Amino acid sequence: MRRLSWFNAVSLTLGFAFLYIPMLILIVYSFNGGKLVTVWAGFSTKWYGELFRNEAFLDAALNTLKVALLSSTFATVLGTMAAYTIVRGGRFFGRTLFSGMIYAPLVMPEVITGLSLLLLFIAIGLDRSIITIVLAHTTFSMCYVSVVVSSRLVTFDRSLEEAALDLGSTPFEAFRLVTLPIIAPAVISGWLLAFTLSLDDLVIASFTAGPSSTTLPIKIFSAVRLGVSPEINALSTILISIVAVGVITTSLMSKRAIMRRQKEEQEAI
Amino acid sequence: MADAAAQQVFAPWNAPEAKPIIQFRNVTKRFGDFTAIDDLTLDIHEKEFFSLLGPSGCGKTTMMRMLAGFETPTEGTILLDGQDIAPVPPNKRAVNMMFQSYALFPHLSVWDNIAFGLRREGLDKDRIGNRVEEMLRLVQLGKFAQRKPHQISGGQRQRVALARSLAKAPKLLLLDEPLGALDKKLRQETQFELMDIQETTGTTFVIVTHDQEEAMTVSSRVAVMDHGKIVQVDTPDRIYEEPNSVYVADFLGDVNIIRGKASRKDMGADTDHVHIHFAEGQSPLWAATKRDLAEGTEVALAIRPEKVTITRDRPTDRNNAIRGKVHDIAYLGNISTYHVELPGGQIIKAQTANTRRVARRSFTWEDEVWLSFTDTAGAVLVD
Repeated sequence: MRRLSWFNAVSLTLGFAFLYIPMLILIVYSFNGGKLVTVWAGFSTKWYGELFRNEAFLDAALNTLKVALLSSTFATVLGTMAAYTIVRGGRFFGRTLFSGMIYAPLVMPEVITGLSLLLLFIAIGLDRSIITIVLAHTTFSMCYVSVVVSSRLVTFDRSLEEAALDLGSTPFEAFRLVTLPIIAPAVISGWLLAFTLSLDDLVIASFTAGPSSTTLPIKIFSAVRLGVSPEINALSTILISIVAVGVITTSLMSKRAIMRRQKEEQEAI
Repeated sequence: MADAAAQQVFAPWNAPEAKPIIQFRNVTKRFGDFTAIDDLTLDIHEKEFFSLLGPSGCGKTTMMRMLAGFETPTEGTILLDGQDIAPVPPNKRAVNMMFQSYALFPHLSVWDNIAFGLRREGLDKDRIGNRVEEMLRLVQLGKFAQRKPHQISGGQRQRVALARSLAKAPKLLLLDEPLGALDKKLRQETQFELMDIQETTGTTFVIVTHDQEEAMTVSSRVAVMDHGKIVQVDTPDRIYEEPNSVYVADFLGDVNIIRGKASRKDMGADTDHVHIHFAEGQSPLWAATKRDLAEGTEVALAIRPEKVTITRDRPTDRNNAIRGKVHDIAYLGNISTYHVELPGGQIIKAQTANTRRVARRSFTWEDEVWLSFTDTAGAVLVD
């Protein structure tokens, strides 16, 4: 291992401090025994207990999970289809317009997306519920999925699909048996991205949520306005740990997969 | 004896009653303004090993992709077994293709790659299994059946691709630069394997290549292409020895092109020969030709370096002899090529086999030498 120069060491420390001190404080205070968030009163896990007895939070958490699972799945299907059409469809009429428009929601302010969806739901008389949140989240996250998937498809060796056709597959079989398994990692990371986006979306959800269908971000946000409760610290700590475990496992898994592949390729030669 | 041998020669293209498996009839293919194939007519016969040879961009890959079904002709028809294949999609054609990149499915094992096409036919498990085993034996890859494509070497991948494309027993197998990714030694071995496999399976092979040695080695016939047109179709030996144009002569192997004016003035009744006046002060070359050439026609004599003999003294037994000076020697181990400069500045290449050690060779730089060749050694071409 190489020793870092003092300059690099300082920049590294500053960067990490900037990123992680807020979260660290939050985690530490989630184990605070006192009621006041900013005054340390000894170690305790009582707020975790309180949290699990708080049904409003649990309901909101369950809603969030449902919305995230459904919307990310729909977004993945739609986004993959859109990406495939844009990359593989050849030069059909309106292709440039379509491919430009699919990326527009990426730069659209969320407030506008949320507001326009709200207006739409009112216009067609759709009552606001979990369904409206799922629809809204599908709408804005499918363009992220299509960006991820189409960037994979662009580098995809087209002759693989041609080979599948040549060997007697219908175009759909070629997609299902060859293209999809090969681009699966991109589709999965698109799904994960959509899932994460849906999990922490506050703005669009607050436009499209009904009174009985609060998601966790909305719940936390409204709770904080009445004063930060240590319960929220506990909840956030749990969320951070889930995300951290997820990220660390996937990166370890992909690293091991790459190493195994390199080893196998070397053995082949 | 000679007659019996002649009868066994495989040459369906000379048999008027033979029915070709593939017929291109006035096929044209345009991509926008670019004409990739220009009014092309060609017959390919059953069990042929047919090469499409040409520089990149000559349209040979487009022809192959039209046969596979990935492109459709702009004009004209392509017949496979007498049937127009334009409306048939690639997955319904009895044609398989081996891709230049091999296009092996990276997520499937060698076994599953070979079984892929058979499964699409809906065959039962046993028959698929037997056929895959048979293919694995054919390409000697039994041990690697369960490996993924990235776990085997380049040469093995090439054989998997071949096995996969042969598994469905197609009427016609298309090979797009099949050996391009292999190194030279492996390529030469694989050429012979390909020929063996083609003979064993009796499949018609159409191969696209830019490597003239490869085309010469494997093919029953070669089509030399240029700018979307076929310049010459013939057996490898005739393409090499009797090219019909300077382009073909120049594309295949090394050649000396001597340009001059044809004359039959002093030849009397001899219509099988022509004099070529190629330089001031040099006696004309005497060359055999069946062409009917008008007096003074611009012609080119194409003559292969190995058919030019280099000697110190003027030979008496050859019709054509030119004096020159050794300008350069390329020593290739088995042969040496002498670049001999004529008084007019033109360079003529002469090749000799190095049957003796190089230290004992008779000529060196700046030596005065005689180049000689017979009347039938070269081909008289008109452009």
